[in-house]
Amino acid sequence: MKNNYLFKRFSISMIVFWLIAFSLLPFLFTFLFSFLSEGTHDLSWPLHFTTHSYVQIFNPIYFRIFVRSFELAFVASIICLVLGYPFSYILAKMSERMRTALMFFLIIPFWTSSLIRIYAIIIIIRAKGLLNHLLLWLGIIHHPLQLLYTNTAVMIGLVYSLLPFMILPLYANLEKFDWRLLDAARDLGATGWQKLVKVVIPLTVPGIVAGMLLVLLPAMTMFYIPDILGGSRSILLGNLIKDQFVTANNWPLGSTISVVLTLLMGILLIIYWKVSQGSDRRELL
Amino acid sequence: MKNFLKTSYIASIYIFLYLPVVVLITYAFNNARFSAEWHGMTLQWFTALFQDTDLLMITSHSLIIAVLSATIAVILGSLGSVALFRYYFFGKQFIHGLLFVLIVVPDLVFGISLLILYSLAKIHLGFWSLLLAHVTFCLPFVVVTVLGRLSGTDKKIIEAARDLGATDSTIFFKIILPLMLPALVAGWLLSFTLSMDDVIISFFVSGPNFQILPLYIFSQVHVGITPEINALCTLVFLLTVTFVYLAHFLLRKRA
Repeated sequence: MKNNYLFKRFSISMIVFWLIAFSLLPFLFTFLFSFLSEGTHDLSWPLHFTTHSYVQIFNPIYFRIFVRSFELAFVASIICLVLGYPFSYILAKMSERMRTALMFFLIIPFWTSSLIRIYAIIIIIRAKGLLNHLLLWLGIIHHPLQLLYTNTAVMIGLVYSLLPFMILPLYANLEKFDWRLLDAARDLGATGWQKLVKVVIPLTVPGIVAGMLLVLLPAMTMFYIPDILGGSRSILLGNLIKDQFVTANNWPLGSTISVVLTLLMGILLIIYWKVSQGSDRRELL
Repeated sequence: MKNFLKTSYIASIYIFLYLPVVVLITYAFNNARFSAEWHGMTLQWFTALFQDTDLLMITSHSLIIAVLSATIAVILGSLGSVALFRYYFFGKQFIHGLLFVLIVVPDLVFGISLLILYSLAKIHLGFWSLLLAHVTFCLPFVVVTVLGRLSGTDKKIIEAARDLGATDSTIFFKIILPLMLPALVAGWLLSFTLSMDDVIISFFVSGPNFQILPLYIFSQVHVGITPEINALCTLVFLLTVTFVYLAHFLLRKRA
């Protein structure tokens, strides 16, 4: 009996200890840092508590980055949704064998370094790259497109990196879809378009929201994509936070932006919780 | 016609996803150092790679971190999953919540949080800071995989074993562990790939004395990636594909 007790204590305390030490504690410290004054790097006494950083983010310089970063990330998520939804829909209607194989092939590219794949995008889209060669040869354009180091390049990079994160929850949702509902809708006189808009899409809202959640936030924070593909002007929220910790050395401001970002995540999660009520909530995992 | 449209749509998505991978592998065999044009096939970058001790050292750092963090995450994660599956304890919902938050929180927020923790705890940025970070971000993925597998099993097996006199540790090693095995392998592979590929978290928690591959590549991007790195990434990619394929094959044979 003593043995049982020890095993139970051990298995519980290991995970509890680890998660408290390496996730709860760091998140709490970040929250704490967001209320400290500029230039603070440690908790040596006396601490000066201030909401200065929270006021600072409404400074037009930072606020503009916030808005533009959100716009860019939102457009990237919408593109992922528009590309990913038909993909998941077609996939969900295929035979079991095909589905498993195709999902497997979706993940394989992720086994190469994501950085080196982003670098390969440079080779594809640069002025003398593959894309321009192809488009010139097809006669669609007459002068090479200058895509590299623009926001379009950043967008391509974001969509490329995040598309599978949209497809996975959408597919998980559509896979469980009861296709008999469509027969019922047809019997009741629904057209093809009506079936999609009135039946399929409303029932897959949890998948759509989960996909948006998994794409929108990373899209705002993947600082290495604008670093590699964008010019110095196109900066995401991620680059702003990174700079506060690496070059500008303003940890409290960086923490504040992170806290705001986490709040945004919370709001999206609540939306997800609301729309997925009744259906399986653990889908996101 | 409709089927043709569907097939070509699916195909174009895969072309979009695979084109950079194909480009990366192609350039590993290109017989030119800086040119983007094709200059014929060569294996010189692979031989050059095996003479570049610095690059090999950085790669070995990455492999060590990935293997260790995947292994530790699987051990911790499987114990944790068993605790979450079998026992009721104070704060259990909270632990579930923390695991969930770790999965959805942007990597960047987790990275800077760890940086703050390390700086306050005066933990030197290097091997240990990286290892702890990688174990922590792999952990929730292991728990989700393993718990998913466990929740599909019948708790009555455990009750039967207890009636026959098995202790909790016997139950763990003789029943739960074999049941979890496919999930443990899947969790290990997932952790390995996550750790090998992580840029954002590692960026904040690594120091100059212990370089890892993704950060080295990041520092080289603006200078230009050498074909040796293409060759290296091609090898790592093939290694991972072989690994996963073998694991898939072995597990299917067992089942």
